[in-house]
Amino acid sequence: MNVGRLIILEIMHRKLGFALAVATVATSVAALVAVAILLGAHDLRTTQMLDEMNAETDRMEENFTREMKAYEDGVRKTMKGLGFNVFIFPEGQELDEVYAEGFASKTMPETYANTLAESKIVTVNHLLPSLTRKLKWPERERTVILIGIRGEVPIAHRDPKKPLIDPVSKGQIVLGYELHRSLGLQEGNSTTFMGLDFTIEKCHSERGTKDDVTIWMHLEECQELLGEKGRINAIKALECNCASIDRLGEIRREIAAILPGTKVIETESKALARAEARNKAKKLSQTAIAAKKNETANLRADRERLRLEDEQKYTALLTAVILVSMIWVAFLVFSNTRDRQSEIGILRAMGISTGSILAVLMGRAFLVGLAGAGLTLILAILLSGALRESLHGFELQSLVGYVPIVLLSVPALSCAASWLPALQAANRDPATILRNE
Amino acid sequence: MSELTLRIANTSKSYAGPEGSTVEAVREVNLDLAPGEFMSLGGPSGCGKSSVLLIAGGLLRPDEGEVEILGNNLYRQKGAQRAAIRAKYLGFVFQQFHLVPYLGALDNILAPSLAQPLPDATERAMDLLEQFGLSDRRGHLPSALSVGEQQRVALARALLTKPKLLLADEPTGNLDPENAEGILERLATFAGEGGSVLMVTHDKRAAERATRSIRMEKGRIPIAQ
Repeated sequence: MNVGRLIILEIMHRKLGFALAVATVATSVAALVAVAILLGAHDLRTTQMLDEMNAETDRMEENFTREMKAYEDGVRKTMKGLGFNVFIFPEGQELDEVYAEGFASKTMPETYANTLAESKIVTVNHLLPSLTRKLKWPERERTVILIGIRGEVPIAHRDPKKPLIDPVSKGQIVLGYELHRSLGLQEGNSTTFMGLDFTIEKCHSERGTKDDVTIWMHLEECQELLGEKGRINAIKALECNCASIDRLGEIRREIAAILPGTKVIETESKALARAEARNKAKKLSQTAIAAKKNETANLRADRERLRLEDEQKYTALLTAVILVSMIWVAFLVFSNTRDRQSEIGILRAMGISTGSILAVLMGRAFLVGLAGAGLTLILAILLSGALRESLHGFELQSLVGYVPIVLLSVPALSCAASWLPALQAANRDPATILRNE
Repeated sequence: MSELTLRIANTSKSYAGPEGSTVEAVREVNLDLAPGEFMSLGGPSGCGKSSVLLIAGGLLRPDEGEVEILGNNLYRQKGAQRAAIRAKYLGFVFQQFHLVPYLGALDNILAPSLAQPLPDATERAMDLLEQFGLSDRRGHLPSALSVGEQQRVALARALLTKPKLLLADEPTGNLDPENAEGILERLATFAGEGGSVLMVTHDKRAAERATRSIRMEKGRIPIAQ
């Protein structure tokens, strides 16, 4: 006879009590496994969703690279058929000075623009005469670039086209970003420039060029202020084009035939236009990709928050289930020891120690825990195939690492729940039991 | 003179009664039991004889006095040592048998080996089964045994460890005369083989089988006995 045999024979004798205790423990372990499965499935779904979104972002980036290349090729091809812009400067103007200062120091008659417009020129679409100077705004103590413009000069032999640049009305000025920002000026304000009063017609937004320190006004008022009546220092010819390969050479030849001695240079190259177009497209794509990445990050944060909430809910539920189970197991042990009072009394009378009695009761509690945990794990394994679909492909095998922990901790919890009633039973006075019996 | 199996000296025991009162169950009891002696302890219900038996068995600490089993002062020992003395020297038989309900006859007889491992426990248990005419009942649960068989199993269990002292509390109280006679015969045989028996009973016929009979009254044993 030994403790193990005594435990087994008692379990076989009181099957219902043992089965009830095992079922209680199994319920707790089932709740634990269910929580582990639900959280595992949640994590798996999150990973799947994030993988899908990351793959979509990768696809977008790949598409963007491919589309950008295609777009650049397209722009390059299109630009071949588009016009370009040239500046016409007065005769005798040194171009290195223009490159250095940004405008011509020499002037030419304003009528040159009219002459050009009235000629049979075919390579130019828009003509913009201007007078540009860098000077100090005496009232504001600021160095500015002053540009007088009169709007487009209509080309006589063509149908009127929509002007590319609007003229500035007399008595009004347009200010670059840096000027109106630093001087605190707004559209509609009045200001004095070189002794004359002007209303601010428009305030440009930031361009990051010399335009930010430029004042535009009507050409005639500019000529008066600078003492250059009827004079201009540049004509901007926009959307110039022709069919030949050497398009700039052809335009120069045509202009030279009409305005001999003038200097013609190209501005704002096609490459620049292409780069701008490419940058715009890139910016759009990057914005879309950034939005997608942001969406992915938000999804990740949402899923993590959801998981945390679920984890908190499940933990509370699990704690309650385990607590109730432990109380119920303790009650069952208490009930079992009441049924075994006589047995415990006579065993004590025979000289069997309190420790051995406790070992008998705790051994049974250990087996309750082990059987409950084992039963649930076996059921979980049997059901894993059927549950796989509804768990987003979550594999129960991924929880195998927890099996030893469950198989050790659940019997330990069962023993903990049984400890007090078992201790009380083992220490019960055998004389009282035997006398009462 | 050989050593006494049991010596109870000036032993008293009181219980808390209703409404704060005290019930004096045992009053200055003195009792010696020598090897080979079969003593019956009689008296009316509530006279304290069962309390004396439990005190003698190391299960009920007296308020006063001393109890010795083969020279070992029981209540000067710690609980574990007292349990060891019980396992080594004592055997109990009760009116209610107190068999373990889920153990068969053989396993019930073997139960004391939980406290004191015996090298030949199974052989001895089988031998006892045969002596008590229970060989064909070895696997039967107590619920499948007659009351006479149950008491025989209880007595066989008490004898497994070859105790020096058998403490029997109304061992024939639930038995028919035939079975009662069988049990008394076994107790007498045990005493005849050098063991000591202290039997609590109010059955006159049972008391007549003892070598010495003592009657208790109101917790006391009159000196003349």
